[in-house]
Amino acid sequence: MDQFIFGMEVVMNGLMTGVMYALVALGFVLIFKASGVFNYAQGVMALFAALTLVGIQNGQVPFAHLINATFGTSLHHFGWTVPAVLAVALTALVMVLLAFLIEKLVLQHLVGQEPIILFMATIGLAYFLEGLGDVMWGADIKTLNVGLPQGISDGIEEVTATWFGYGFFIDRLDLWATLIAAMLVAALVAFAQYTKQGRAMRAVADDHQAAMSVGISLRFIWVMVWSIAGFVALVAGIMWGTKSGVQFSLSLIALKALPVLMLGGFTSIPGAIVGGLIIGVGEKLFEFTIGPMVGGATENWFAYVLALVFLVFRPQGLFGERIIERV
Amino acid sequence: MIYREAGDFKTSYRDDSQTFPIRLDRWGYYAILAVAFGIIPFVINDYWANAVLVPFLIYAIAAMGLNILTGYAGQVSLGTGGFMAVGAYAVYKLMTAFPDVSIAIHVLLAGLITAAVGVLFGLPSLRIKGFYLAVATLAAQFFLVWLFNKVPWFYNYSASGQITAPTRTVFDQAVTGPAASAPAKYLVCLVFAFALAWLARNLTRGSLGRKWMAIRDMDIAAEIIGVNPLRAKLSAFAVSSFFVGIAGALLFAVYLGAAEVGEAFGINKSFLVLFMIIIGGLGSIFGSFAGAAFLVLLPVLLKNTLVGTLGWPTDLAAHIELMIVGALIVTFLIVEPHGLARLWRLAKDKLRLWPFPH
Repeated sequence: MDQFIFGMEVVMNGLMTGVMYALVALGFVLIFKASGVFNYAQGVMALFAALTLVGIQNGQVPFAHLINATFGTSLHHFGWTVPAVLAVALTALVMVLLAFLIEKLVLQHLVGQEPIILFMATIGLAYFLEGLGDVMWGADIKTLNVGLPQGISDGIEEVTATWFGYGFFIDRLDLWATLIAAMLVAALVAFAQYTKQGRAMRAVADDHQAAMSVGISLRFIWVMVWSIAGFVALVAGIMWGTKSGVQFSLSLIALKALPVLMLGGFTSIPGAIVGGLIIGVGEKLFEFTIGPMVGGATENWFAYVLALVFLVFRPQGLFGERIIERV
Repeated sequence: MIYREAGDFKTSYRDDSQTFPIRLDRWGYYAILAVAFGIIPFVINDYWANAVLVPFLIYAIAAMGLNILTGYAGQVSLGTGGFMAVGAYAVYKLMTAFPDVSIAIHVLLAGLITAAVGVLFGLPSLRIKGFYLAVATLAAQFFLVWLFNKVPWFYNYSASGQITAPTRTVFDQAVTGPAASAPAKYLVCLVFAFALAWLARNLTRGSLGRKWMAIRDMDIAAEIIGVNPLRAKLSAFAVSSFFVGIAGALLFAVYLGAAEVGEAFGINKSFLVLFMIIIGGLGSIFGSFAGAAFLVLLPVLLKNTLVGTLGWPTDLAAHIELMIVGALIVTFLIVEPHGLARLWRLAKDKLRLWPFPH
């Protein structure tokens, strides 16, 4: 019985981790649907967004390290702090600018290339952004605090304690993250379904050329989609950054989002969410039940193997469009 | 005349289909071999061997392996680091279990073991294609690294979890361990690189290579004209993993000497080798060497300029290096998606028409 209750706690934690995965996966799906680009840089974008947010909040001088090394100065901070809301807004602006630059400097020149070339270009982009983030803001681990509540949720602990005689340990941050992620997903779906730009975005996803022929500007849609993905990355960066500090490992969540995508299908928003939940719960449960027998740390690979095995039976993922090939 | 086919009469099919149809190319090739085998071993010092030549040769082998899978057979793999780890741990287990057998045989056996593992992880490629496969190969990467970390048998229960190469000799010359000299390390890697390049070139222009290319260009069409996709894909995985396994074995035994799996064979290694073949050129043996040379030399050059000349701190230089590598990859993909090999070919075509281009 105890095992069962522990298991339930694990499942709940897994669900919340899953929401976080889904959040990152969502950024991938958006870009993949609209531009056919498999954006490996999504995780690094989250890292970059979080770094920028912390930097702006604390009034760090960008490129301080580089300027100091070149001119022999010793700059580090402007000496002011920016309120969280304003900092988030400014970071969102930076992400839009980044989206614009990416479209202008990279994507525009790669129109019509094979998908694999585009994918590799985003790996290059990921390296560049990783280096840029470090050069701009420094590579040390930073704490991010935008006023989200943290620590154990007392309410849930009390309720579960009276129900099961054992209080569940649920982080309040996870609860908030789940809530925000759910809202974000709802907002994105509404945006895609009911606004003019959203409709244009879906048209582009459906058929680039047909969309262009009815007067939709591809470049505008791409900048918009990359901006939205940048915003999603910012949200993901805030969540993960608050949870475990802003550091390089933040960009590795992109690698966790990949099996989520495979499971859910690259082109499906609900797929990204369901896939995220399955992977989140699956890896926590696996670590809980099988992990101790094989030495633990199975979270590193379980998601991939699960996705791999699943794909062998259903190559297009859970909700992916059926793959039809013709000679 | 310089650099012309004219006057170089081919009198047999064998001559006609040789790798270097132009006489000057042939001479250049023999000259490079003569320098590599006859001169460099006598002048090489520790710095050049450890910083440039040995890693170049080893990564060239790995790049050839990945190029066979990705460039020739069209199956994108992100598991190169994991397969290199298989080679490294296989050679480590063999070296410590059978100390009397020659290291060269161990390295070859490590390649074969890696080939078997590669076939195993290649099986899903029959169902999964494109991106999905690329992500699926990440399963190999993470699972293998985890396995070598968690099962103590693989690292002989050593306290640190590291593997350390004991001293082994070839013709009474130490090639692994701390006593190995620069020329010995260099020559071992050179012999393997040369033999494998020869093998790769001849495999890829034979019927097997043509099957791989047919699968790459369109697997369904290839199947219709009678290429067995099971055999073609799995043989590509086997041959590719064989190369990558040997590269991993040499990287650990000859170059690093001691390795910790997550650090030496992590996901970054997979990307590094992938970048080599993109920058070098997909589907080209020369490209594998060119890409490996480029990405081995670039950090050395950047470090010398940024840290040595400009006097920047090393961590800043490392970050700038990341930016430059990233920017270079994007630039290469935009300007010349077919890599250095294509540039080389264009230069040769120009040279053949020089000085009267049409």
